[in-house]
Amino acid sequence: MPELAINPGIEVRNSRLELHQFRVRLAIAGGFVVLMFCLLAARFVYLQVAMHQHYDTLAEANRIAIAPIVPNRGIIVDRNGVVLAHNYSAYTLEITPGKVADLKALIDELARIVDISPRDRRRFAKLLEESRRFESLPIRTRLSDEEIARFAANRYRFPGVDVKARLFRQYPQGEYFSHVVGHIGRINQRELDQLEAAETLANYRGTDYIGKTGLEQSYERFLHGTTGVEQVEVDSSGRAVRTLSRTPPLSGSNLVLTLDAKLQEMAYRAFGDRRGALVAIEPATGGVLAFVSKPGFDPNLFVDGIDPQSWGELNNSPDRPMVNRALAGTYPPGSTFKPFMALAALTYGKRTPQQAISDPGYFMFGNHQFRDDKVGGHGMVDMYKSIVVSCDTYYYVLANDLGIDAISGFMAQLGFGSRTGVDIPGESAGILPSREWKMRRFKQKWYAGETISIGIGQGYNAYTPLQLATAIATIANDGIMFRPHIVNYIEEVQSRDRTLIEPRPLRTLDVKPEHIAIIKAALVGVNREGTGARAFAGAQYVSAGKTGTAQVIALKQGERYVESRVQERFRDHALFIAYAPADRPKIAVAVIVENSGFGARAAAPIARQVLDYYLLGRDVKAVKDDDDGAPD
Amino acid sequence: MAHLIRRISRFFTAHVDGFLLATLLALMVTGLMVLYSASSANVPRVSAQFVNMLVALAVMWVVANIPPHYFQRLALPAYLLGIALLLGVALSGEVVNGARRWLNVGFTRIQPSELMKIAVPLMLAWYFNRYEATLKVGHYVIAAVLLAVPVAFIARQPDLGTAVLILASGCYVLFLAGLSWKIIAGIGVAGTASLPLVWSVLHDYQRQRILTLLDPTQDPLGAGYHTIQSTIAVGAGGLIGKGWLKGTQAHLDFIPERTTDFIFAVYSEEFGLFGNLVLLLVFLLAIARGMVITANAPTLFARLLAGAVTLTFFTYAFVNMGMVSGVLPVVGVPLPLISYGGTSLVTICLGFGILMSIQTHRKLVQT
Repeated sequence: MPELAINPGIEVRNSRLELHQFRVRLAIAGGFVVLMFCLLAARFVYLQVAMHQHYDTLAEANRIAIAPIVPNRGIIVDRNGVVLAHNYSAYTLEITPGKVADLKALIDELARIVDISPRDRRRFAKLLEESRRFESLPIRTRLSDEEIARFAANRYRFPGVDVKARLFRQYPQGEYFSHVVGHIGRINQRELDQLEAAETLANYRGTDYIGKTGLEQSYERFLHGTTGVEQVEVDSSGRAVRTLSRTPPLSGSNLVLTLDAKLQEMAYRAFGDRRGALVAIEPATGGVLAFVSKPGFDPNLFVDGIDPQSWGELNNSPDRPMVNRALAGTYPPGSTFKPFMALAALTYGKRTPQQAISDPGYFMFGNHQFRDDKVGGHGMVDMYKSIVVSCDTYYYVLANDLGIDAISGFMAQLGFGSRTGVDIPGESAGILPSREWKMRRFKQKWYAGETISIGIGQGYNAYTPLQLATAIATIANDGIMFRPHIVNYIEEVQSRDRTLIEPRPLRTLDVKPEHIAIIKAALVGVNREGTGARAFAGAQYVSAGKTGTAQVIALKQGERYVESRVQERFRDHALFIAYAPADRPKIAVAVIVENSGFGARAAAPIARQVLDYYLLGRDVKAVKDDDDGAPD
Repeated sequence: MAHLIRRISRFFTAHVDGFLLATLLALMVTGLMVLYSASSANVPRVSAQFVNMLVALAVMWVVANIPPHYFQRLALPAYLLGIALLLGVALSGEVVNGARRWLNVGFTRIQPSELMKIAVPLMLAWYFNRYEATLKVGHYVIAAVLLAVPVAFIARQPDLGTAVLILASGCYVLFLAGLSWKIIAGIGVAGTASLPLVWSVLHDYQRQRILTLLDPTQDPLGAGYHTIQSTIAVGAGGLIGKGWLKGTQAHLDFIPERTTDFIFAVYSEEFGLFGNLVLLLVFLLAIARGMVITANAPTLFARLLAGAVTLTFFTYAFVNMGMVSGVLPVVGVPLPLISYGGTSLVTICLGFGILMSIQTHRKLVQT
């Protein structure tokens, strides 16, 4: 140190002083270091002792994922075990849009590897609008083995795209059952909210589909099953590393229906290319044997999301295939209403069976003429004849005599104007005209003249084919009414336990048995010698029936209906109600064929086919119109 | 023969400080162990780090054998070279991950800020040593400018972590060189007052880090993710930890950058509070030894350099552990001698080499 040598005295002292100052500062720095480390240590104590429980829970929550195990949806079979809805396993190609920057480019690139049709693209675009960003959405379903292999080899190029094995719902019977079995579809926001409100959302973790219509909707809670839980250890990207514990899912229950698949198919095909509905019921139980709404549609289209084009076609078709005619379509019952009117007359003592009127071919109410179909009238008409030949005048007079209150009161008993409570959703109540109804609907009082056409099932009358079928089944069953139901029993898959649906009658009509017997005899007469005789010629069983024709457009006073002059869509609807065998009815049926004219001609032959098939097991070919059928 | 062995052993150990080496090796061994776990038993990576350590130890040994006055001569050229390189980075540096930190010098890429970690305290120590006899306030101002220039360059790259470390090392020199308490207090007041100004010049991501520190849950999947996950790992460690190789936060990939900047989270989860206190103690021992060496250093240059190196080492450790345990913002500072990565290992060991050189050459002079 050269400085020391030059000027020892002062420098040494300064140097010592400086060294001392330096060491003080160093000591301060040392104190700072210790203080800082103590703060760190305090932080560690806080995190690792005081808050350990909290952070340990967080770490466990990071590590352990609760993965739902989706239960198999219950299958649906008909009364003979024919499968109407089942599941099959298939591989789908799915995209998680939230993980993809350019969806269109990705799909274009994918299309080089697997076949992606324009329909797939449209369907995917629709799904995309409806779903959340981090949902995995199918772009292609039912991949072939070759496609899976090709994708697997190129997988690294497609982050956010996965092949998944999924169970798919399939409806092997297609359009025949579209309006009964219904279909499932992807869960939407409204359904999510409903599930949440019902506190069943947890059970739907991992489930993408829910029953949308028909039995799939009404029996959703039985079909769905109970979701299982798998605790898995996951890494930060959510990949499962290993399974920690597992609670297996509980499969959804199976539905065994009262429907007869072959009868249903036969009835559907019997309509040919005409529109209409048919409901067949077992009178003694209320079990629905056939439930047809024609045209139907292929419910399989909806399972993995329908593409907008198919959706548009279904919605815009003038045939309105999406409307469940049997359940929600309401039609004037026409002359099929007459036997019920006659029963009302007997019950209220307004007519005896023998009491006859002379039918001039019209009924004058004030200066308004109500015409009978038969020009010149039916001559002397008693109750039996009024039903067998379907005399309008008899019922104009009867309606006038009964009055609207008695008619609506009696018909309500038979279930007209109120929902039958069948076990599929979307039922219409129909319209049972009454003073109260008119006041509610039109804010007008009832005019006595309006009662007249009610007597022949016209006017404001509008009922569903299901209501008609239930009413005739009740007559067939001697006044004991059952709620119509489509499911026979629910069967738990594991325990095989069965829950029967509706084994007890709903109510017994407040009607004398002998009065019902009178009506039943007349209904047998219809098919033996009356308006239904031609359709039922040569039947190997005794059947009962009633034809009907429902006006679609109102005719002007004095105008006659000429079918050829009326546009197809405005032609009359043909109706027919029937049951057989007459002594111990096993089946009751209501048929409506839209815009097909007289019930005897278009609807009765279909009913005949259904009864023949059900009672005799006879196979049936397409039904043709009976061209010479007498008007009812 | 025995004489030869003694001479060889003396050749290797003459300038090595045993105590310092022991703490350093303890940290390195711990580092390898944690790295093995953090990398999920990735042997090539552990081997690479082992090689890094050998290289760093060799650098340390070479530096330890260089007498301190050579560093004194290197100070100015090293500093000027560093400034030139930083200028080069600012003008034509390569942008990696949004920051301009690297300079391509033909055969390789270098990160000049790394050089400045040593060059800045060296320069300041040299400067104060040169004007030791005539120190006035003006000298402190010039020293502050000498410090501010590289810090400003580095902060603008932006590399806040390195800038803070270098700023800290320079401040330590200023403090140890006897900066008046009045001025320190003045700077403290002025600094607090100018916080809003600092805020306005910070980059968005830097602001985000500070905001995130205040409330990490604001952005749990973005900027807050690192802090949240590392804090969980530390807290989940508990008193004695989950055991080596058994940390779930680390092994299931929840801790980001778990072999480098966040390796302490892995250590903490697996060895718990007990392990953390032991680790703090080892760091403290190394720092204490550095302080002893500093206190006994013969010249002002040596004292200031040794003090700055020791306190910078402390700063590394403190900032890293503070960041992992969620009390400091996330800045890219590795845990010295433990985090994976050769550059920081070499820089740290170079500092240790300087300390050993100062310590052992003083002894030799005295004997």
